[in-house]
Amino acid sequence: MRHTLSVLVSNHPGVLTRVSGLFARRGFNIESLSVNSTENPDISRMTIVVDGDVAALEQIRKQIYKLVEVIKVYDHTEESVVERELALIKVSAETRSRNEIMQITDIFRGKIVDVSDKTFVVEITGSEGKINAIEQLFRPFGIKEIVRTGKIVLARGSKSTE
Amino acid sequence: MKINGARILIESLRREGVEVVFGYPGGVVLPIYDALYDVEGIRHILVRHEQGAVHAADGYARATGRVGVCLATSGPGACNLVSGIATAHMDSIPLVAITGQVKTTALGKDSFQEADVTGIMMPIVKHNFLVKDVCDLARTVKEAFHIASTGRPGPVVIDLPTDVCSATMEFSYPEKVNMPGYKPYYEGHPMQVKNAARLIKKAKQPIILAGGGVVTAGASAELTKLARLTGIPVATSLMGKGVFPEDDPLSLGMLGMHGTAYSNYAVHEADLLIVIGARFDDRVTGKLDTFAPHAAVIHIDIDPAEIGKSVAVDVPIVGDARNILQMLLKEAKPAEITAWRERIDDWREQYPLNYSCDDTDGIKPQAVIETIHRLTGGKAIITTEVGQNQMWAAQFYKASRPRQFISSGGLGTMGYGLPAAIGAQIACPNDIVFDIAGDGSIQMNIQEMATAVSNKLPIKIAILNNGYLGMVRQWQQLFYDRRYSHTDIGYTNPDFIKLAEAYGAVGIRVQAPEEVEPALQRALECTDVPCIIDFIIAREENVMPMIPAGGSIDKMMID
Ligand SMILES: Cc1ncc(C[n+]2csc(CCOP(=O)(O)OP(=O)(O)O)c2C)c(N)n1
Ligand SMILES: [Mg+2]
Repeated sequence: MRHTLSVLVSNHPGVLTRVSGLFARRGFNIESLSVNSTENPDISRMTIVVDGDVAALEQIRKQIYKLVEVIKVYDHTEESVVERELALIKVSAETRSRNEIMQITDIFRGKIVDVSDKTFVVEITGSEGKINAIEQLFRPFGIKEIVRTGKIVLARGSKSTE
Repeated sequence: MKINGARILIESLRREGVEVVFGYPGGVVLPIYDALYDVEGIRHILVRHEQGAVHAADGYARATGRVGVCLATSGPGACNLVSGIATAHMDSIPLVAITGQVKTTALGKDSFQEADVTGIMMPIVKHNFLVKDVCDLARTVKEAFHIASTGRPGPVVIDLPTDVCSATMEFSYPEKVNMPGYKPYYEGHPMQVKNAARLIKKAKQPIILAGGGVVTAGASAELTKLARLTGIPVATSLMGKGVFPEDDPLSLGMLGMHGTAYSNYAVHEADLLIVIGARFDDRVTGKLDTFAPHAAVIHIDIDPAEIGKSVAVDVPIVGDARNILQMLLKEAKPAEITAWRERIDDWREQYPLNYSCDDTDGIKPQAVIETIHRLTGGKAIITTEVGQNQMWAAQFYKASRPRQFISSGGLGTMGYGLPAAIGAQIACPNDIVFDIAGDGSIQMNIQEMATAVSNKLPIKIAILNNGYLGMVRQWQQLFYDRRYSHTDIGYTNPDFIKLAEAYGAVGIRVQAPEEVEPALQRALECTDVPCIIDFIIAREENVMPMIPAGGSIDKMMID
């Protein structure tokens, strides 16, 4: 089963290596990872998607907690969250297919952020499923390149990950 | 007054109460060595290899419970610490290792004697630091000692670039640490303690399994009280040896791969395991599926991540073993388990820990250990190397107090025993310290003889010389059809007597069983010089009983 963890860490150099190294060493595969600073400049937030059964997850959660620079580990599995990924897709856009690509982009509330005589770069945000779906639809036109961020999540409602 | 980083380091060590540093100099640590030159109150022990420094600091820490400190230069010096840091990490030993580093502006440029010490050490430390600014140095030392010695202890490495050592600033030592991510948990949860007490009351066949965590927590007295009050028998792991007196009728000795048959049978038949400060290492459990198949498990540990890691737990209690045992003691009553104890005593009679006294093939190593035990009144500090020597020492040197038996458990590091004995002897100058050694292992850090001689340390190195990498040979005999591939070192071993003498130590060779005792007597008379006693033992003696790796109790070989 897939779990999404929010890990709040002290904003020190090397802390990403510490966390990702721990996953590798203990045999857990990180499926996606994104890191950045938070509203508090001393704290970074990592969002980690990891696959494993409940016992395995419990173990990795405790192991991460042991890292001195880890302040909080939060498992979002059981709760309602807003989750987003961002993708930039460079899709072949010949004259005859331009309209259709623009329509698809519209339906998915994406944006065309770069145009050349042969390509568009489409920016799209949403759940993993949504991004998979648009990727699927663009494929027949020819995807030249795609870049996706890791997932980020926030719990819905007023409570925060403290 | 402004002082430089090196002096700040030394002053900070002094504030932490450090009395001894084990180290070895080099280019980038010159400022630190300069500061050590005329320092008062801190003794520097010059080793002959950095691995010796870290094991000695570890032995010092295990013998005293205090933080061991070692110091090495960058690159090759720091890399030589690796085995020792990993050893301490596996056994949760509080260490602070200080490594020199190239100057901050040279970092990341493959500079002379640069190694990525932060990266190399990361998986084998409790925490590590790279100090890039002299302003952070005192706080870092404070945090390092705090992290190393609290919660579940472990090694902490401070990597210290040479320009940080030379930079100057006003010294002030912080009073407190502020680490939002580090909060060890000491109190046991009262509900869980109640649940544990209830299980203990109900149990018909309970066993206590005590490990190194009981040593760390200083909970030996509480454990002993609990066992005697309830009448529940106690087995220990290798790391737990000594937390319960092994001559007590309730003691089952060590369990696991080379543990007593009766402790293993007892665990196998138990309906309740009370596990305190032990982590279900595979050398203890054998095959997990068949480990303690009938037992409910109470697991007391300060590290929440140990609970449920290998074995499912019915009552988890996270916290300090001493606190929790005190809480448990308030609830404890004598258990009605006479029948169970009788059953265990039957096993004890049927499968005692013993060995054949037929010494026509040479001296019995077990007899050597028993003689050492007798002549030292069971009071010596024992360090061990790794292999058969270690297991015979664990089986036959009955320990009576914690911190008496010092051995590399989790990592099984050959070459540990001699430097650890040096650390222990420096920590405890009035104790008799024996390193029980193998002829293979002793050669891994033999250079530390020079350290022992130059510090006039009267440690006794008892080499159980079988001319083999004996434990490996034993496995080859049992599982590889006696194909002794690269384990016979007998022909090429040095003359250990000459070797001792070359270092300025005493060497005694013992070839006949009747020479064992007089030789040990002589060794015990050495009071300001180390002594190697080279016991030529029965070459193919095996360590028994044995549960093959990954096997279950029913696969136990008795002899
Ligand atoms: C550094 C290191 N290398 C290799 C091993 C694997 N090993 C375990 S026991 C052993 C043999 C030890 O031989 P010796 O010191 O003579 O002890 P004996 O078993 O003969 O008592 C070896 C090679 C180890 N534990 N540590
Ligand atoms: Mg040997």
